[in-house]
Amino acid sequence: MKFYRLFTTAFLAVILAVSAQAADWSKVRIGVEGAYPPFSEITPEGELKGFDIDIAYALCESMGAECELVPQDWDGIIPALLAKKYDAIIAQMSITEERKEKVAFTGKYANSPAKFAKPKSSDVEITAESLDGKVVGVQRATIFDNYITAEFPGVELKRYASQDEAYLDATAGRVDLLMADSVAMQDGFLNTEQGADWEFVGPAYSDPKYFGEGAGIAIRKEDTDLVEKFNAAIADIRSNGVYKEINDKYFAVDMYGE
Amino acid sequence: MDFSPIIENLPLYFKGLWLTIELLVLSIIFGFVLALPVALAAVCNIGWLRGLAKGFIYVWRGTPLIIQMFMIYHGMAQFDFVRDSFLWAFFREAYWCALFAFALNTAAYTAEMLRGAIEQTSRGEIEAGKAAGMSTFTLYSRIILPSAFRRAIPAYGNEVIFMLHGTALAGVITLIDLFGAAKIVNSKHFIPFESFIAAGMFYLVLTFAVVWLFKKLEGHWLKHLKH
Repeated sequence: MKFYRLFTTAFLAVILAVSAQAADWSKVRIGVEGAYPPFSEITPEGELKGFDIDIAYALCESMGAECELVPQDWDGIIPALLAKKYDAIIAQMSITEERKEKVAFTGKYANSPAKFAKPKSSDVEITAESLDGKVVGVQRATIFDNYITAEFPGVELKRYASQDEAYLDATAGRVDLLMADSVAMQDGFLNTEQGADWEFVGPAYSDPKYFGEGAGIAIRKEDTDLVEKFNAAIADIRSNGVYKEINDKYFAVDMYGE
Repeated sequence: MDFSPIIENLPLYFKGLWLTIELLVLSIIFGFVLALPVALAAVCNIGWLRGLAKGFIYVWRGTPLIIQMFMIYHGMAQFDFVRDSFLWAFFREAYWCALFAFALNTAAYTAEMLRGAIEQTSRGEIEAGKAAGMSTFTLYSRIILPSAFRRAIPAYGNEVIFMLHGTALAGVITLIDLFGAAKIVNSKHFIPFESFIAAGMFYLVLTFAVVWLFKKLEGHWLKHLKH
């Protein structure tokens, strides 16, 4: 069974090559969302673009690693990391206690507050009582979902798989309010034709209890060396101006926060 | 494997179960009520009416349910004339959009099933009815339809099961049915296997209930065919 032996040898060689690769992180696969403009979106040509995408490539360059970006729906983004479909998540994922039970995080690489938005024609105000019975749209399993669920129990919460779907229903008039990251909503919705009739309402939210310490890169807990590499790379692109260059391409303010 | 989040979220699953049952029962009822006239139109001898019925069946059987649902939920919302009309009260709600899509979809399949059963009614029975001086109405209500319904029962049981599984699509447009509940649990606790297998168990039980019900129905209505 020559063929069989050849096959086994080839198979073993592939396994060895893959595990050898994983050990030195010369190749890193990164999970991104692709439905969260301006951080991450897929162009009509099928290319990934956005702040997170540029940051991912910049970090890889700083680490001297070859990067492969893997688009993944938000719902399954942590399970797919645990299933080793990629090695890191760069998707504006807030560093929260809940998530830390499953994955490790680097330090933050971005931080922006959450806000509500309403149709310009609506005069709704943001208090616990006045939101009773109002329909609020959020992306499922986000800090915004958690916050509304915990702090506004009278709200009828509509959970969407992606932020884009929430915008779609907002334009359609199916929700009274949206809650999301203020920067994502500003650039991804309010500044677009689709969201022209919507505006922010109420304060900016950043209570660490719900909103975490900013967005970090999620990595499997056992890969502590990769966490270190990414932390060093974040510090590197912060200090050498690459971060600022990418930041200024998308935003007027520094996304890193204080 | 960790099933404790599933136990913790059982109330959510039961809420989802209830919505799934509600969507199934209502779409089956509306679908059947609509299927009967469509099936009759598909076998009538008025050309344009027959064409219309067959066109309806062709379109709704010829496209995936998820596309129909998206056309209704997202598509309708795109038009200002829909949003500004009284129709919006209906299409605004994900619940009614889902029910609308499910009912029309199952109506098309059911109508096709009934059409086949009606056309296969044995000529002898029809001729006997005619010989006895029955009008077309009496012929249909006494001979053709009762016989066609009976013969359609086993196939119809399949359609109800397909529809049960089809209702899982409701979870895609913000409704919290069984699948919607499973998605919430999964995305909160990051345990896809446990979350979805729990929902799968509920669907298995529901399917079993449908199978059992149709077995009873067959036992009653198809008694004469038993060996």
